[in-house]
Amino acid sequence: MTIAISVQHLSKRYQIGAAETRFRYNMFRDVIVDTVTAPIRLAKTLAGRSERRTNRNFIWALDDVSFDLEESKVLGIIGRNGAGKSTLLKILSRVTEPTKGLVIVRGRVGSLLEVGTGFHPELTGRENIYMNGAILGMKRAEIDRKFDEIVDFAEIGPFVDTPVKRYSSGMYLRLAFAVAAHLEPEILIVDEVLAVGDAEFQKKCLGKMGEVAQQGRTVLFVSHNMSAILRLTQEAILLHKGKLILRGPTQEVVDHYLSSGQAQAGERLWEPEEIPASAAPFTPIRVAVCDRRGRVVDTVRSTEPFHIELEYRLEAPITGLRIGIYLSTIRGEYAFTSFDTDDPQLFESHEVRPAGHYLSRVQIPADLLNEGRYTIGVNASSFGIRRYFLDESALSFNVDISGAPGTQWSEPRVGAVRPRLNWTIEQIVSAPTR
Amino acid sequence: MKAHEPITVYIKPTHGLAALNLRDLWTYRELIYFMIWRDVKVKYKQTLLGMAWAVIQPVMTMLVFTFLFGRVAKLPSDGLPYPIFSFAALLPWGLFVTALNHGSRSLVAHQNMVTKIYFPRMILPLSSVLAGLVDFVIAFFILSGLMIYYDTLPAWHALWALPLFLALTLITALGVALWLSAINVKYRDVNQALPFLTQFWLFATPVAYSSSVISDPWQWIYALNPMAGVVNGFRWALLGAGSGPNPTLWISVAVSLLLLLSGLVYFRSTERTFADMI
Repeated sequence: MTIAISVQHLSKRYQIGAAETRFRYNMFRDVIVDTVTAPIRLAKTLAGRSERRTNRNFIWALDDVSFDLEESKVLGIIGRNGAGKSTLLKILSRVTEPTKGLVIVRGRVGSLLEVGTGFHPELTGRENIYMNGAILGMKRAEIDRKFDEIVDFAEIGPFVDTPVKRYSSGMYLRLAFAVAAHLEPEILIVDEVLAVGDAEFQKKCLGKMGEVAQQGRTVLFVSHNMSAILRLTQEAILLHKGKLILRGPTQEVVDHYLSSGQAQAGERLWEPEEIPASAAPFTPIRVAVCDRRGRVVDTVRSTEPFHIELEYRLEAPITGLRIGIYLSTIRGEYAFTSFDTDDPQLFESHEVRPAGHYLSRVQIPADLLNEGRYTIGVNASSFGIRRYFLDESALSFNVDISGAPGTQWSEPRVGAVRPRLNWTIEQIVSAPTR
Repeated sequence: MKAHEPITVYIKPTHGLAALNLRDLWTYRELIYFMIWRDVKVKYKQTLLGMAWAVIQPVMTMLVFTFLFGRVAKLPSDGLPYPIFSFAALLPWGLFVTALNHGSRSLVAHQNMVTKIYFPRMILPLSSVLAGLVDFVIAFFILSGLMIYYDTLPAWHALWALPLFLALTLITALGVALWLSAINVKYRDVNQALPFLTQFWLFATPVAYSSSVISDPWQWIYALNPMAGVVNGFRWALLGAGSGPNPTLWISVAVSLLLLLSGLVYFRSTERTFADMI
């Protein structure tokens, strides 16, 4: 087997802080000082002796990462935000240079990081296909050959000669993906594009990716969507703070990732300036998503129950207070609404809630939610009297459906819920036997 | 089934002066073509007058110049009608300014391309500079009309001189644009400085006046501005003004090539940090 990608001791260092501090004016005095010293700064910079050189802050986005990937394999890359996934992809697609190390790539690299790059709103669909194709490195003859296929795939048929600024966002995205998906590189990099678009289109994209892999091309697939990673890859690597900490069969790596609490903290604390004065005497403190063992997690498994916790303070007693959550999908469809005093008995026992520090906690049962990202909205009100506080998108979290009903079929399912229901199959009339 | 044997790419940190790697530019030649085509196509979209702007802009400038400098200030025009005298200069000057402005802003203007995909970054300033040629061609036809009206014929040497001076314009514009676009990635001061730069440069170039007003000893220093050589060359080739190229032209050519070469080297050596800095 030939090696398609060989990554050797790859490191990437970013400088942080310096630029931001320099360009942030806090006071009028700073503006004046900055203006007066501008010529000196210019001279120093030109002479290559910037004072900033001494107090630089560095961050290693990638730290000594090494791995080989054989031709026609599909590799999943997982890790929380800031783990170095995007940096790795950017280096592989030659957008940015590594600070240390070497990558040997055999073949043309196409990446779906750049869906729609170079699209111009004033140009028509047809014109943008050619433009975008050229940006991605396709020859004109190649685009001519695939043009009809691209239009078909994007389902934009009658609008091909309409400027893309008149397209719906769905059409725009489909077209962008279609061009990139027809690039036919030897190595394909896919980054999270499947998170967008409707279910039907996602299905098509997954199909296209599977097809690409079957054609013997090498695929690198980055996603926060664990079930997509599980469906599409056999092998995965886990990055954490720039280091490669695990490589193995995808199931193993995903389990490690989900159980090691590395999944991004699913917690939100409200800063004092985020709370409107009208909320008083109610003060929200935090909302968090916790797994079965009480750990704060960003990704929950749909096959396990989990908790949503709301912590808040009352500066004065409130009559008839109810604290609740709205759960909605990332596309904005509400899944359900629930309040802590929904139960009539609880409502009666908490008719007046005295001042103090509270925690309202709710268990979300297993086998309720479908795969995807959900948003928690928080509401504190007294029915018919007053709404104290409302944050429509206080926190969001992922639901991973590995092992959920129906995952034996690799197709996304529509609907916000994915309950485990009791079906029976009865044969009412048996086929006549001889 | 693969159309070609896969190429092997080595991705590693580059140090010092990077090779110019112009072959890469050749591989991506179609992208240059598409970028120019897009610039031209989009430029006059959603405007009422459309392509007419390519005519209105130089003609209006010419009329203002003719009124202010020709009629009011009565600047000498080497005995030529002031409209064609100024238009022959505005032709390369307009190309230069457009090319310089678009070229210098090209990297920042196409940030999303720079941060998302690989391609030779030089394509951006290069195609922005070349896209100016379309307006140049339109302006050229207007000048032809004016010359017919004023009954002026270009000399035969225009056939070889014009392309040469045109090339000199593009080389100068590209050289400066390479420098400024690369600096602009890190220091957006370039955006602020550009209007001044083009304004001062206009004064240092014999667009509104004739270079014959510069006394001889100063001609050598004056020639450090390649655009002075270009404008004189255009007037000489089209209208027969002046005595034609003299040794000071070599200074202009040298400066222009120096700008291009240093620009290429600077651009290539900073290119690797574009995606991180922009």
